[in-house]
Amino acid sequence: MRRDTICALASGHPPAAISVIRVSGPETTSIIAERLSVSQLKPRHATLVELRSESGDQIDSGLAVFMLGPASYTGEDTLEISLHGGRMITELALQSIMSAGARLAEPGEFTRRAFEAGKLDLTRAEAVADLIDAESEAQLDQALKQMDGALETLYSGWREDLTETLALLEASIDFPDEEDAPERVDAPVRQKLENLKSALQQALADGNVTERIRDGFRIAILGKPNAGKSTLLNQLAKREAAIVTDIPGTTRDVVEVRLTMGGYLVWVSDTAGLRETHDVVEAEGVRRALKAGDEADLRIWLHDAREPFRSDRVRPGDLVVSNKSDLVDPKSVSRETLAISAKAGDGIDEVEAEIVARISSLTKNVTAPIITRARHRQGIERALAHLETASQNLDNGIGAELVSEDVRLASRDLGTLTGHVDPESVLGAVFSSFCIGK
Amino acid sequence: MQADMKFDVIVVGGGHAGCEAASAAARMGATTALITHKIETIGEMSCNPAIGGLGKGHLVREIDALDGLMGRVSDKSGIQFRMLNRSKGPAVWGPRAQIDRKLYRKAMQAEILHHENLSVVEDGVEDLSVSGEKVSGVIGESGTEYTASAVVITTGTFLKGIIHRGAERIPAGRVGEKPAIGLAERLYALELPMGRLKTGTPARLNGETIDWDPLEKQPADDDPIPFSYLTDRIEVPQVSCGITFTNPETHEIIAENIEQSAVYSGAIAGRGPRYCPSIEDKIHRFADKTRHQIFLEPEGLDDPTVYPNGISTSLPRDVQDAFIRKIEGLENVEILEYGYAIEYDYVDPRALDSGLQVKALPGLFLAGQINGTTGYEEAGAQGLVAGLNAVRYGRGDDNALFDRAEAYIGVLIDDLVTRGVTEPYRMFTSRAEYRLSLRSDNADQRLTQRGIDLGLVGKTRAEMFHVKHAALKSGRDLMQSVQMTPNEAQKLGWKVNQDGQRRSAWEYLAYPSIDMAAIESAFPEIAALDGMVKTQLEIEAMYAGYIERQKDDVEALRREEALALPSDLDYAAVGGLTNEVRAKLELIRPATLGQAGRIEGITPGALTALLAYVRRRPERKTSAHA
Ligand SMILES: Cc1cc2nc3c(=O)[nH]c(=O)nc-3n(C[C@H](O)[C@H](O)[C@H](O)COP(=O)(O)OP(=O)(O)OC[C@H]3O[C@@H](n4cnc5c(N)ncnc54)[C@H](O)[C@@H]3O)c2cc1C
Ligand SMILES: Nc1nc2c(ncn2[C@@H]2O[C@H](COP(=O)(O)OP(=O)(O)O)[C@@H](O)[C@H]2O)c(=O)[nH]1
Ligand SMILES: [Mg+2]
Repeated sequence: MRRDTICALASGHPPAAISVIRVSGPETTSIIAERLSVSQLKPRHATLVELRSESGDQIDSGLAVFMLGPASYTGEDTLEISLHGGRMITELALQSIMSAGARLAEPGEFTRRAFEAGKLDLTRAEAVADLIDAESEAQLDQALKQMDGALETLYSGWREDLTETLALLEASIDFPDEEDAPERVDAPVRQKLENLKSALQQALADGNVTERIRDGFRIAILGKPNAGKSTLLNQLAKREAAIVTDIPGTTRDVVEVRLTMGGYLVWVSDTAGLRETHDVVEAEGVRRALKAGDEADLRIWLHDAREPFRSDRVRPGDLVVSNKSDLVDPKSVSRETLAISAKAGDGIDEVEAEIVARISSLTKNVTAPIITRARHRQGIERALAHLETASQNLDNGIGAELVSEDVRLASRDLGTLTGHVDPESVLGAVFSSFCIGK
Repeated sequence: MQADMKFDVIVVGGGHAGCEAASAAARMGATTALITHKIETIGEMSCNPAIGGLGKGHLVREIDALDGLMGRVSDKSGIQFRMLNRSKGPAVWGPRAQIDRKLYRKAMQAEILHHENLSVVEDGVEDLSVSGEKVSGVIGESGTEYTASAVVITTGTFLKGIIHRGAERIPAGRVGEKPAIGLAERLYALELPMGRLKTGTPARLNGETIDWDPLEKQPADDDPIPFSYLTDRIEVPQVSCGITFTNPETHEIIAENIEQSAVYSGAIAGRGPRYCPSIEDKIHRFADKTRHQIFLEPEGLDDPTVYPNGISTSLPRDVQDAFIRKIEGLENVEILEYGYAIEYDYVDPRALDSGLQVKALPGLFLAGQINGTTGYEEAGAQGLVAGLNAVRYGRGDDNALFDRAEAYIGVLIDDLVTRGVTEPYRMFTSRAEYRLSLRSDNADQRLTQRGIDLGLVGKTRAEMFHVKHAALKSGRDLMQSVQMTPNEAQKLGWKVNQDGQRRSAWEYLAYPSIDMAAIESAFPEIAALDGMVKTQLEIEAMYAGYIERQKDDVEALRREEALALPSDLDYAAVGGLTNEVRAKLELIRPATLGQAGRIEGITPGALTALLAYVRRRPERKTSAHA
């Protein structure tokens, strides 16, 4: 059974200026011969062609580029043809190509083929998906870096460090009679483990940020009932996302809105007002509000400017905003806190600016993506746990073979992020650093 | 043709691979012939007379667990037994012994010449007989035709072997032996993929002319531990090795003359082992080192020959004379034989299946150095696997395999047939992913029952094994049945969780801080157990946690090993594979998805494609016999 040929619209939905249709698979050359006005295309050259229907009628003319496998994105023969971006033309073009032996690609199938052909490592394949889905500039920037292999470079760098650590341990195990291979390697191994552990810890800490760039930062609006939380949310969302009334306790569940702000993707949650209550439903709402607060990257405490603000739940880094400034004498408001009128729309820009400033300060230390998916985080967390065990075993004077075992497992966990671990590379490192051979 | 020249299995070559192959086949009840140039060189150690070490010692124990010869023969000829890595955990202890060459030959010949089902024939093999598409026997120099349904070739470095020493060139397998041209031509005619390797050996010295007094000594262990599970204790007298060092003067002479070394003059194309470089290599690559260690290893009790381990070389004789005499203790040494490098062709083992059978010629098996390995132990292990599977092939049975989680033998064979070699291959413990379970102490517990089932193990060993196995089991059961509360444990000064949970002696032993002596004083019934049982259980408990954690990995390995890839799989149709990956898969034709994953350069993406393809294949071919 041969692999089949797939086709799909590669550009955005028509109508658009042009539509790019992509075809990949073994039938590509025969599709060219059967449906284009030329019998074959010179690889990697743009040629003006006519595209014809099954019955031979011209559908459109456009530029076609043929890539001969394996030198293509998918590793297979590939055709890309740019047509005028009308709905009808695109539809007819796809029909014509399918009638010549292709089928419509499933979402992500081109990238899957590229991955299977070894053209992309896993992190790069993921980046392609992110690139396509990117809504915010920060997402786009991060996906582009990942696409360039920033993640692969970083993870491979750690793996190299692990390989060197293993080389030390293995040299002491496999070459006990060699003068040059050290008998005790505790000190250099400990040093390397410490460095790696702090690199991984650092990555996990920063990693929240890169994951957030990809998935969106979480912002929770918290405060007493009637503080104006729902009104603020609606202002930020620029639509009536949450119900606003003057009845305290209107908001029961968490209302989430997905927005971009200052180039970042954010999720703003409006929550139930915090107060003691006997109402079962409202109490559940309060519980959910607190949970949303715990999970948020930024908490906004909103309070009615007519009352002093007090809450023992406020943590360092939280943003306190005083609302309903229209109801109080401006002079009585402290300049320290941000004062707004959610109802009138005063100060909303300032709130937004403050949110963006807080996010920017979170991201400023992150120059390259570190962790962009939960899968990466889990791999790194597991690796870190093994390195902790290795360090403990080393400190407790437990045999090199057990220390090595955990380092090896750590290397494997990181390996699952990009590729696999190879004992041969450890031996290579041993032989290049020690003069072995009695 | 004479009736007595018909056999089930013929083994060609009486080296280390050949002896194990012949013995394995004969133990299984096959009528076997070992055909070799000279009976007197059976069991010859062509190079350093030492057996074992890290990884290699593990292989010897495994060969022994399957009732092979190498362990027992070494126990009868070892003159300096040492357990390497005693300061580390038992998983990486490596039994090693310096060997008396004569005693080894003698003991090996005694085994081989008096082996049930085994005939030894002195003849050079000139050619294979092939009938149809299969091997049907061999033809000797004498003109004799020997027939068999399977032939195992274990002829070492005889393929285009050339000895280099300075500008000297001697075509040979080993010094004093001629290469077999006819057989070689037959193998070349099969057009198997081949490569070229090299290795070297140092000069041999007359120990009576060495000044031993100033030199450091390395004694044997006080309690020599035998290789074989059948050996009670070592009776051969034990000797010490000497240790000396090269020095700047030696280095200078070598550096000045390096152009005359066969390797550096460009005369040798083959790749040498990185772990066994020549002295000129060491000086060239690690120029900042001012000295290199040399072990002076006696070759026998009543043999003055000394093997200076660490200065293998292909420099001309006069340069060897000059630099060796600059070494402390060797100022007036007499050189008995000069060092040399040897270059030879090997068959890319990826042309073999996991039973070591040549995929292109059914009935032909290859084992030992001809497959690109180096070392007696690696050769012996392959010999055993080839002998076993040659018999099974003749009987119409599938290959019997050992997997990577079961034995170093499994690691060795899988590495060879899956990844091939780029330098002479030798075993290291770091090649074994499951090294904590593949210990030299438990080779019998891992393998002897398999050996019994396969018909490889004789009665004596089988009985001993059953007794030991039962003793271990009842010891383990006892340790799991006696219990103590954490409160009681605390009173003994043990640091354990005070969770009120009663634990067994076995569970307490797993704590790194509680050793067998502590357990014995707490549970007198355990103190009464046999010493061997206690030692073994202590080791088991020590690694139990890790081995438990590896279970998932082992299961994943075995799942992937269970996913068979058809041997006629059309890789061109899989699609999505790069040309390079496809070429590799076509060459190796992995038997399972697991094996495919271990091929060098196969990406996770390619595996996904392969898996998807195999899953999608509409109708499985159903066997006509089913
Ligand atoms: C120079 C040199 C240095 C080495 N150094 C070391 C070392 O330091 N440590 C180590 O562990 N290993 C070393 N080795 C490797 C080790 O010697 C071999 O790996 C091991 O002996 C291989 O075993 P084998 O059974 O494959 O071949 P061999 O032991 O070489 O046995 C081959 C046998 O086949 C016979 N034979 C060949 N052709 C024919 C024929 N046509 N008909 C009949 N009989 C035939 C030969 O007579 C011989 O008996 C060295 C090898 C060489 C050559
Ligand atoms: N005057 C004034 N009223 C406001 C302001 N913000 C909200 N309100 C009113 O306060 C009441 C409660 O608002 P809501 O957003 O539902 O409060 P929540 O319970 O915190 O979600 C509504 O009647 C709003 O119209 C403000 O800035 N000024
Ligand atoms: Mg509300």
